Amino acid sequence: MHESLDTQIESRSLIKQFFDSLHLPTGDPFAVAGLIIYAAFVAVALSADVIATHDPTEILYTPAYELAADRSPGQEGYILGTTSLGRDIFSQLVYGSRSALLIGLTAAVMVALIGTLVGLLAGYFGGLIDTILMRLADVAFGIPFLPFVIVLAAFLEPSIWNVVLAMALVLWRDTGRVIRAQVLTLRTRAYVEAARVSGSSDLKIVFTHIAPNVLPLSFLYGTIAIGWAILTEASISFLGFGDPETISWGYMLQDAYASQALSQRAYYWFVPPGLCIILVVVAGFFISRGYEEILFPKLKD
Amino acid sequence: MLGLKQIGGRLAQLIFVLWAVATILFLIFRLMPGNPLAAYIDPTFTEEQQLILMAKFGLDRPLWEQYFIYLWNLLQGELGDSFFYRQPVFDRVLELLPNTLILTFSSLIVAYAFGIIAGAWLAWRRGGLAERVAIPIVLTTRALPEFWLGMLLLAIFSFSLGWFPAGGTRSPGEEYSSLFALYSSTDFLAHLVLPAATLAIYSQGLPLLLMRSNMLDVMGEDFVTMARIKGLSSWTVVVRHAARNALLPVVTSFAIAVGYQIQGNVVVETVFSWPGLGRELVNAVSASDYPLAQGAFLMIAIVVVLMNLLADLLYSLLDPRISHA
Repeated sequence: MHESLDTQIESRSLIKQFFDSLHLPTGDPFAVAGLIIYAAFVAVALSADVIATHDPTEILYTPAYELAADRSPGQEGYILGTTSLGRDIFSQLVYGSRSALLIGLTAAVMVALIGTLVGLLAGYFGGLIDTILMRLADVAFGIPFLPFVIVLAAFLEPSIWNVVLAMALVLWRDTGRVIRAQVLTLRTRAYVEAARVSGSSDLKIVFTHIAPNVLPLSFLYGTIAIGWAILTEASISFLGFGDPETISWGYMLQDAYASQALSQRAYYWFVPPGLCIILVVVAGFFISRGYEEILFPKLKD
Repeated sequence: MLGLKQIGGRLAQLIFVLWAVATILFLIFRLMPGNPLAAYIDPTFTEEQQLILMAKFGLDRPLWEQYFIYLWNLLQGELGDSFFYRQPVFDRVLELLPNTLILTFSSLIVAYAFGIIAGAWLAWRRGGLAERVAIPIVLTTRALPEFWLGMLLLAIFSFSLGWFPAGGTRSPGEEYSSLFALYSSTDFLAHLVLPAATLAIYSQGLPLLLMRSNMLDVMGEDFVTMARIKGLSSWTVVVRHAARNALLPVVTSFAIAVGYQIQGNVVVETVFSWPGLGRELVNAVSASDYPLAQGAFLMIAIVVVLMNLLADLLYSLLDPRISHA
């Protein structure tokens, strides 16, 4: 019993250490609002089964076996109404948070991970490694992002993972450059010099002495990448290159656009998914702004 | 100032990036699943056409030879024939470029004019209520999915109020004797308003935030304090002294914004059926019109790379403290 308690305490303090090392911006009201939006979003995504009133893909019928299509909000108990094919909009919205969370998190982790690794290696080792990695970044900056995702998504299977893959292949460029610049200044600090003199290997210096200091910066770029990923997935689904099996906010908007919801003024259909996207993306912006003020206090005036 | 050597270095980098993007495109289009000939040959082409294209692109040769033929053809603007339009891709892409550029520049000019003035004003009013309300609103406009904003404007101003046409560049039945006649007609302008407004609302945040933070920097400098001490009115100080100096980096960012906008145009052009490069790319990919998709992609990439270069050069030209290593 004691042992498990000990490990519990230890893991809790590890988690606490992790959060401490991220320097979450809890002092800034907007950043706190952003964190709350994120928490709510994650909670909805995790408990989608409980919150949703219907199966999001089920075609609904009235008791008289007529298609329950184009219902306005509140009519016959459909909270946000139904689509022109008789699917429940509210339930689609709730399940859409799941794919948004999945895409946002995986893409953000990939982008932050690759960018951080590139920045660390290029900045610390310099020379040929630096030249190669930074020329790769130049190329990544020359690739038009959305067209690239479209071409890739069209040639590979239409799945959300290809959107994540395309993001990982291109968007590490910003994180990579910023982290590299940061590493260049860290590299000359006295404690890094001390570690080198005392015989630490290069890899050990990079990962134990320098990496922890750039972690907040990676996290900052990670939060921005979450928003980018959700926006990108929405655009790709809207253009018809998304995963037809997955209910996402982008899919809902594409469905609404293709089903003439605009000319029928079915605002209840295409406004909510857009608002959800904005809310999640703007939450990321608020958090990252709070971060910038911690990381670069000079900006705050 | 810029040395010849620096410009040379940047041009070399430009050529390298373009070559790399072209190579990536070659790999994607040739390694795609299915018939390797599909990049240039549609099964419905006549046998004679197929043979001509086989020879032109060396499709019966090994892949590495095809690669050099591809690069050589690119240099000459030879991108193959569109499957759908049965016309050279290069001509088609050049035809669409003006539409995309008009949309991009008109929206960005509006966005920058608004963003610069509003940003300067917000810096002047720093710490006030205006700032606390405006900054979150501006951040929200940066978080909008552009195509959704387009849908919203379309539903409100076209379908509900009927003020503007719903898509395209001209009303059905309207004919124009020249491109200039089309572009200067009120009909064209009416079609331009909604897509340009969509892009402008999305883009004004960048110049606004940039202008504001530059103004805040500049207003702390000695010459601005000096102007204040001289007793000049605060608005004169802001406009005459601070804004002028804060403006340079914002102007530079215009080039980068053009590059970003061209990529983002893909969705907005689709929402408004605007016949530009982005919509063409989407249609070409959906219809498996591979030569056209490749051509549209390359043209967009060229604009992006050129604009990145322009921004870099402007930046070092305007601020001699930045040197190109």
